[in-house]
Amino acid sequence: MNAQVKPFTLRLDTRKGKVDMTHGSGGRAMAQLIQELFLKHFDNELLRQANDQASFDVHAGRMVMSVDGHVISPLFFPGGDIGSLAVHGTINDVAMSGARPTYLSAGFILEEGFPLADLERIVISMSRAANEAGVPVVTGDTKVVEKGKGDGVFITTTGIGVVPQGIDISGDRAVPGDLIIVSGSMGDHGVTIMSSRENLEFETSITSDSAALHTLVEQMVAVAPDIHSLRDPTRGGLATTLNELAQQSQVGMQLSEAEIPVKPAVASACELLGLDPLYVANEGKLICICSEADAERLLPVMRAHPLGGESAVIGRVIEDPHHFVQMETLFGGSRVVDWLTGEQLPRIC
Amino acid sequence: MCLAIPAKVVAIDELADNATVELGEVRKAVSLALVENVTVGDFVLIHVGYALNKVSEEEAQRTLELFAQAGVTP
Amino acid sequence: MKYVDEFRQHKLAKQLAAAIRDEVDTGRSYHLMEFCGGHTHAIFRYGVQDLMPGNVRFIHGPGCPVCVLPVGRIDNAIHLVEAEDVILCTYGDLLRVPASGRNSLIKVKAAGGDVRMVYSTQDALNIARENPDRQVVFLAIGFETTTPPSAVALQQARREGLKNFSLFCNHVLTPAAIQNILESPEVREIGSVAIHGFFGPSHVSSVIGSRPYEFFAEEFQRPVVIAGFEPLDVMQSVLMLIRQLNQGRYEVENEYTRVVTREGNQKAQRLVAEVFELRRSFEWRGLGLVPYSALKIKADYQEYDAEQRFQIPVSPAKEVKGCECPAILRGAKRPTDCKLFGVVCTPDNPMGSCMVSSEGACAAYWSYGRFRQPEAKSASTEVAI
Repeated sequence: MNAQVKPFTLRLDTRKGKVDMTHGSGGRAMAQLIQELFLKHFDNELLRQANDQASFDVHAGRMVMSVDGHVISPLFFPGGDIGSLAVHGTINDVAMSGARPTYLSAGFILEEGFPLADLERIVISMSRAANEAGVPVVTGDTKVVEKGKGDGVFITTTGIGVVPQGIDISGDRAVPGDLIIVSGSMGDHGVTIMSSRENLEFETSITSDSAALHTLVEQMVAVAPDIHSLRDPTRGGLATTLNELAQQSQVGMQLSEAEIPVKPAVASACELLGLDPLYVANEGKLICICSEADAERLLPVMRAHPLGGESAVIGRVIEDPHHFVQMETLFGGSRVVDWLTGEQLPRIC
Repeated sequence: MCLAIPAKVVAIDELADNATVELGEVRKAVSLALVENVTVGDFVLIHVGYALNKVSEEEAQRTLELFAQAGVTP
Repeated sequence: MKYVDEFRQHKLAKQLAAAIRDEVDTGRSYHLMEFCGGHTHAIFRYGVQDLMPGNVRFIHGPGCPVCVLPVGRIDNAIHLVEAEDVILCTYGDLLRVPASGRNSLIKVKAAGGDVRMVYSTQDALNIARENPDRQVVFLAIGFETTTPPSAVALQQARREGLKNFSLFCNHVLTPAAIQNILESPEVREIGSVAIHGFFGPSHVSSVIGSRPYEFFAEEFQRPVVIAGFEPLDVMQSVLMLIRQLNQGRYEVENEYTRVVTREGNQKAQRLVAEVFELRRSFEWRGLGLVPYSALKIKADYQEYDAEQRFQIPVSPAKEVKGCECPAILRGAKRPTDCKLFGVVCTPDNPMGSCMVSSEGACAAYWSYGRFRQPEAKSASTEVAI
């Protein structure tokens, strides 16, 4: 978004037009795309300066930075689209350090032939998500690849944020005795995506849980500054994220299946496809590991927040030289909840 | 092996030999090519997009009663 | 979910566990083989073993069609994609199964091969309709449950005159494999493996009925209980097997009466018989060549038979050196007895059939039951009776 504003006679056709190679060539067509689409919707003071970079003052304290590439099929799904996801995903990655996210950047890789109407829809959704979160997109980039070399659109977002004094949230701080809290039901996003994939089509009331969690985190660290670990269980789901944390902190975990919130529609879709909701992706949920005393302070705060209504303690950190995540099943037995192997594919057996 | 799950038939398309089945809050279209005399309200076992068999309400009840008795019988 | 949740109730599980504890004869052991991966999965996923007395042991059989598909057949499928440029459709389970040279369909897809995951044979037909200028092959696998949908697809293809659709048939038969296990020297002659009773397949039986097992019960004098795949079904079936063993009976009993009858689904059986016939012999990964254990497409349908259309050769059987799958599948060894288990053979890098799918004995053990490893090692020294 580094173009000089020039007068144009023909407006960008965001109804029937398509992305072509000129939109990435650095010429007038690209400038027009930036002006009439990106700048128009992402409009903010820093972006309006129209430089190759955004410049802003840095506040005292520790800064965090995170980057996330977004590729998803289908691009539009119940509860969101690749645009809102690209904003929420990166805000959440920044927020899981306890930081207050401040700015985002967005890099678009567009495939030749991609409808401008879809691009505009994505950009509007992205700007709405950024506005609602109060985290503006202040710099960006656009490239176009030849038809067949991309999948419509890929969006990479980078986020930065500032960690308040005294907060030290990290995946290696879980200690035996800590409690494990989740902020809501598991698997909503992944099941929504699968329900709209070709060949798997099934109807369900479920929508993606895609949401920016930083306001929830802000309230959490306000009452419990010593939260040990926070992470959003995206790809690989709850199971994989807990295994990552157990490995990082060199501990084991003991879960109780009965306490893990899973919506009935998610449970039935998983039964139908032979999947386990514990391995299905989430985009608006977090896992919090903290002391028992902090958990008591956190639960009422989390449950009072619109994104944490179903928050629940699902287990405990234990000592275990193997760093296993184990679970007491609903049935009264026990099992290991292992890392995800390969990809979560629908099974016949 | 052979993942299959019981679901309720909520609509039948006789021409296409298909049914819409409901499992919890999920609905899906399945083929009826392998079953006979299925009517709306029946439960069928779903496997790879096909109804494989009807599920007997009566027999399911009987099995559940067997479970319940297990703890009391000598 | 009706007919699902009721069969997973914790309270009933405790009652059934108590009943099993009351009825077992502490002076003997009960080695019960579940043929089906579905039972293996239920046992591990719900932790059913924890609710069993120490002398009840589950032996995990070869009942996962993904696990037993031999390497050569996957190699054949890969050849179709790479050399014949077909669109290969198959169920998601097969994508990761290892072929020769550390290859797999998912890797072939990554290299640009046109491999498509389908949920149903209907999806494969749709792909053929949408791509009239390409050859579409459905890589069919599965036991008697998955065979009827393949038969429907072939008949539909012929009715519609779909010239670009064919099926690469790898459908296998349950009774033949059970017989193979029971006739293996370890089980029958040497007596080093004790299999006292069988859980009969649930969904396979819903198609073929309970009658085919009557021969085994009689011939091998082992009780068979057709068991549903929910954990309470498994527990009730344990109880029924223990009662038969205690009373010296060996009959076919049916716990899964809500779906399985003695005769099975005759419409499905008819459809299968119209399209498929017995293969003289077929290789099972882990079991080797098993006579009359698989199906092939009848001559009447040969134009839809990928083996005919593409002249697919029969590849020689290959097994990984040091892999104990053959012994594990027969109950002669446990996953932890294999020196490859967890060392070079893991679900992320499966070497043998039992690690291939999440329902294989080794994979289930690795994914769900690893924390029991030390106890299991010491228990494997017990003497068979």
